Amino acid sequence: MTGHASAKSPLKLYFAIWATLLVFTFVTYKVAFIELGPFNPVVALVIATLKATLVALFFMHVWHAGERLTKLVIVSAIFFLFLLLGLTMSDYLTRGWH
Amino acid sequence: MADSTLIGLHHEEEHRPELLHHFADVTQQRNAASLGMWVFLATEVMFFGGMFCAYLVYRTAYFGDFAAASKSIDATLGATNTGVLICSSLTVVLAVWAAQTARRALLISMLVVTMLFGLAFLGIKGKEYYDKFEEHHVPGASFSFDHVPIPGHPGEYANPRHAEIYFSLYFVMTGLHALHMIVGLGIFTWLLIMAWKGRFTPEYHTPVEIGGLYWHFVDIIWIYLFPLLYLIDRHP
Repeated sequence: MTGHASAKSPLKLYFAIWATLLVFTFVTYKVAFIELGPFNPVVALVIATLKATLVALFFMHVWHAGERLTKLVIVSAIFFLFLLLGLTMSDYLTRGWH
Repeated sequence: MADSTLIGLHHEEEHRPELLHHFADVTQQRNAASLGMWVFLATEVMFFGGMFCAYLVYRTAYFGDFAAASKSIDATLGATNTGVLICSSLTVVLAVWAAQTARRALLISMLVVTMLFGLAFLGIKGKEYYDKFEEHHVPGASFSFDHVPIPGHPGEYANPRHAEIYFSLYFVMTGLHALHMIVGLGIFTWLLIMAWKGRFTPEYHTPVEIGGLYWHFVDIIWIYLFPLLYLIDRHP
């Protein structure tokens, strides 16, 4: 969050990220109508994660965050989310096993 | 020695009314505010995470029914709304930049444009909800989802009870997201008033920054909601 640290204008970066996000949205939308079997949700989630990462790193300024605690909070939020999803699915997906 | 330190502190305080007395300097104050917002967003990840988890459990159990229900929603409206939110995130980041570089007119106009994008999003969402009401796809007494074919399985029809679970998740997840948008519009109205009064300077614009963090986070939630709810199994 060191706003005055970078002397050069970040505007070019902001517009590049914005254009990339719009292209990714268009690609997700188009790919959803193509038969890829089990890879349809994989492609959709990979693109969504790329978009979310770009927003967090450059629009939410995580890339230049001076505070390392901020990064710790983000990593722990993602960790506990995966703990929730992972433990839940390890139950539901294995109920048919004997 | 002690006297000069006191005078120095006093001198500094006089020129920095925006610095609260329990912070050492403006940077520390800004980092503390930003960290607080990130901790709040971490709790939001848990909040939405519970719903994403419920969605994942039912989607794996009733995949065909979910695919049929998802196909009844207008994906073009969803994609348009994704574009609208991405544009609003750009205007938010431009507003933060304007505050950092003391461009008051640009800050005010970017805040207004962001709010217009937010209202456009809610309008498109309202159109989507209206369509669902018309089609009797709202869970409840008048819910109806009979003889809807399951994509990729000719001759098989979706179970209306399972489709109703999809629509319950659809309305709760998009509804809570929309509620976050409405809260965001409230925050931005307040930011607009403060910006109009000229309260933000390159030294002090923390509210714009953390208000922006909130707005971007709501955008990220939508980035996941769009493919998960609208694009489950679209291909013919």
